[in-house]
Amino acid sequence: MPITSAIIIFALTLILVLGGLWVGQNVDLLPLSASENAPVYDELFKVLFSIGTILFVGMVGLVIYSLIKFRTKPGQSGDGIPLEGNLSLEILWTAVPAVVVLFVGLYSYDIYDRMGGMQSLSHEGHHSQELINEKRIWGGISSGSVESSSQESITSLPIEVTAMQFAFLFHYPEGDIISGELHVPVGKPISLTMESKDVIHAFWVPEFRLKQDVIPGQPTILNFTPTKPGRYPIICAELCGPYHGGMRSTVVVEELEGYKAWFKSNAKTELIES
Amino acid sequence: MTIATPSESLQPSGWAKYFSFSLDHKVIGLQYLVCGFIFYLIGGILAGAIRIELTSPISDFLTRNVYNQVLTLHGTIMIFLWIVPVVNGAFGNYLIPFYVGARDMAFPRLNAVAFWLIPPAGLMLITSYFITGAAESGWTAYPPLSITTPAAGQLIWIVSVLLLGGSSIFGGINFIATILKLRRPGLKLMQLPMYCWAMLGTSILVVLSTPVLAGTLILLSFDIVAHTGFFNPALGGNVVVYQHLFWFYSHPAVYIMVLPAFGLVSEILPVHSRKPLFGYTTMVYSIMAIVVLGLLVWAHHMFTSGTPPWMRLFFTIATSFIAVPTGIKFFNWVATLWGGRISINSAILFSCGFIVNFVLGGITGVALAQVPFDIHVHDTYFVVAHFHYIVYGGSVFVIFSSIYHWYPKFTGRMLNEDLGRFHFLITFIGFNLCFAPQHWLGLNGMPRRVAEYDPQFEFVNQLSSVGALLMALSTLPFLWNIFQSFFIGRIAGDNPWHALTPEWLTTSPPPVENWKGPAPLVTAPYGYGAVTNTEAIKSTEIKNDLEENN
Ligand code: HEM
Ligand SMILES: [Cu+2]
Ligand SMILES: [Cu+2]
Repeated sequence: MPITSAIIIFALTLILVLGGLWVGQNVDLLPLSASENAPVYDELFKVLFSIGTILFVGMVGLVIYSLIKFRTKPGQSGDGIPLEGNLSLEILWTAVPAVVVLFVGLYSYDIYDRMGGMQSLSHEGHHSQELINEKRIWGGISSGSVESSSQESITSLPIEVTAMQFAFLFHYPEGDIISGELHVPVGKPISLTMESKDVIHAFWVPEFRLKQDVIPGQPTILNFTPTKPGRYPIICAELCGPYHGGMRSTVVVEELEGYKAWFKSNAKTELIES
Repeated sequence: MTIATPSESLQPSGWAKYFSFSLDHKVIGLQYLVCGFIFYLIGGILAGAIRIELTSPISDFLTRNVYNQVLTLHGTIMIFLWIVPVVNGAFGNYLIPFYVGARDMAFPRLNAVAFWLIPPAGLMLITSYFITGAAESGWTAYPPLSITTPAAGQLIWIVSVLLLGGSSIFGGINFIATILKLRRPGLKLMQLPMYCWAMLGTSILVVLSTPVLAGTLILLSFDIVAHTGFFNPALGGNVVVYQHLFWFYSHPAVYIMVLPAFGLVSEILPVHSRKPLFGYTTMVYSIMAIVVLGLLVWAHHMFTSGTPPWMRLFFTIATSFIAVPTGIKFFNWVATLWGGRISINSAILFSCGFIVNFVLGGITGVALAQVPFDIHVHDTYFVVAHFHYIVYGGSVFVIFSSIYHWYPKFTGRMLNEDLGRFHFLITFIGFNLCFAPQHWLGLNGMPRRVAEYDPQFEFVNQLSSVGALLMALSTLPFLWNIFQSFFIGRIAGDNPWHALTPEWLTTSPPPVENWKGPAPLVTAPYGYGAVTNTEAIKSTEIKNDLEENN
């Protein structure tokens, strides 16, 4: 290979890689991030976006270049070069994707761990410990970093979620509150134990980057820690019937005082009633 | 092994043979193709209805139940009545006997039965909409929704998918037998055109995984009719087990839709770039690697179903690794183009469009395989975008490419290239306009399978619907081209592309027995650029001509 084309290829690859990294770092395609694991998710997204951009632009570039460079020009006839393979090239493009994929796998394992995905769910809140004795618990994603998990099991706020066609109901065992909206204090680890009354639904809050199916007959758990006050949609993400698209609720993330006020006003009425 | 020779006298000829229980693999192949295309048009009309509904954020065009029925029919028709039968049945039946040097498939009668299961199954599925109301639980038919929605439509759906599955299994057995047992003496496995390897791999997947789907759907029908409790939590059943069984078939099913397309592209690119297929051996091994890995990744569809952490991790790693053999194939195709003498015609444009679209679908696929990434976008429009980049941008683009490539063989006439390139342009733009924005919708909070959505998504949905409209319009120049070329297209001759694979070494359309005279022995189907091979082909052509004149 002549030295000039080697330099050109090197320069183009460099531009492609740097460009891909730049694009990945600067994309803004995700909604607001409002839970402890959302920024971790966004970090993964940026890395995947960079790798994806590099691969996509590189491949498309090669295809378009080939179509232009090697198209049959007027007056040309005959075949192309009888090149049937090239062992070192083929090893290269087996090894490079293998390494990239391995990197992506290990990195997303790390992300998953930091999102709390690898924590054994049976060691979490006491309420789930109780449930484990009765029914089988299915693992959802648990929240927070590994370090904080020991405290979290003591301090997390347990809420029971019931899904049915076509609504979510939230039950707070502590104040015996039943609510159609999920109210949570900012910064507090929340532990949802969810079960469906009829068909499969899914609990999804895009701003938390979390989703967990809500299944009849098998409680699932979803843990998270909200970080930004606000009202975010809770969306059912599993086809559950004609009104599936309308199966929505809201999670209201409030400062502690606001949450306490809401809790008091609702817990009182509940207590008086019971 | 005896070679089955359909005797001409027993078969109807002319137009009638396409409506008969013909045993000729070429007739059956075209029956699959035309029948599949009709279902594609029906599925496309349903897609149009979905996109019209989604131009506004409220549910206003279809009633909610009908919307879910349309959604279910669209998915089921496109998968089981269009892509699977066409990439396997149509091109497989037409080409495989040529490629192995046989005069028909191993079991011609089974072959005809396999095809004739399809029209009644499809008609049944579609008429269920008018008579009882169609199934409305999505093409995945997850219980308990599929147990609690109206039973009649769901049962008809189950019966027709069972028939289509049966058809697919019969076809698979036939392809395996034909490729392994009907090869012309002297033809070695590693000399077969790549489409044979793709069909061998695909048929193994079909035969291993389709029975699991059949068993699962039979259990589901028991739950519906006999009130058994396999998947009914009210009776102690387990709904997640259904998902495992369903995806044990349906992940391989995505490869059943795309591996044959990989094979077809491997035939088309060398011909129009006048170059040997790059890396034949690694291509064969990567097909087999995809087959093995493809059986081990199903639970990546269930990351939010309450799967335990170890299982999530295993399926993340296994799924990610499929990207390696898949990547090899793409690099090999680009290397096939490299240094070629490329004719920029409709066939190569659709094939290159496939490469571009599939690369994007593959990249989002690897992202979806990462559990932490998937839990946000699972069951959203991001997934809808991913798999349409694969199934439409991949398989459907390849089907169009293949029609441009083989139409001259099928009919003896050339298609109009200007119309073809125009068709490509509109399809490519329409497709990307329709599906690229859906990635954003999913990331930002629009779930899939909904008839209503947040007003903030209205503009992007309208953009997507404009893309869908372009896709619909792009069908018109294609249909016109197919129609008019049949009568006024330039006469193709035996081998208009100067290709080396055996289907071109006979008349267009070929005689019932495929070749007048002995089947040619093609040991270098991709021997472009090598003088000896081109000479060899020329001499076969001349020989055939001489025989015809005698
Ligand atoms: C590079 C290879 C691929 C990878 C890594 C991959 C990965 C995935 C993953 C992880 C999902 C699940 C997403 C979710 O539901 O949350 C998915 C969905 C899907 N993929 Fe792929 N995919 C690949 C190629 C393909 C191919 C070749 C096809 C078909 C020809 C395909 C068709 C589909 C379909 C139809 C779905 C959605 C199924 C449904 O839920 O209705 N994918 N893919
Ligand atoms: Cu729902
Ligand atoms: Cu899959």
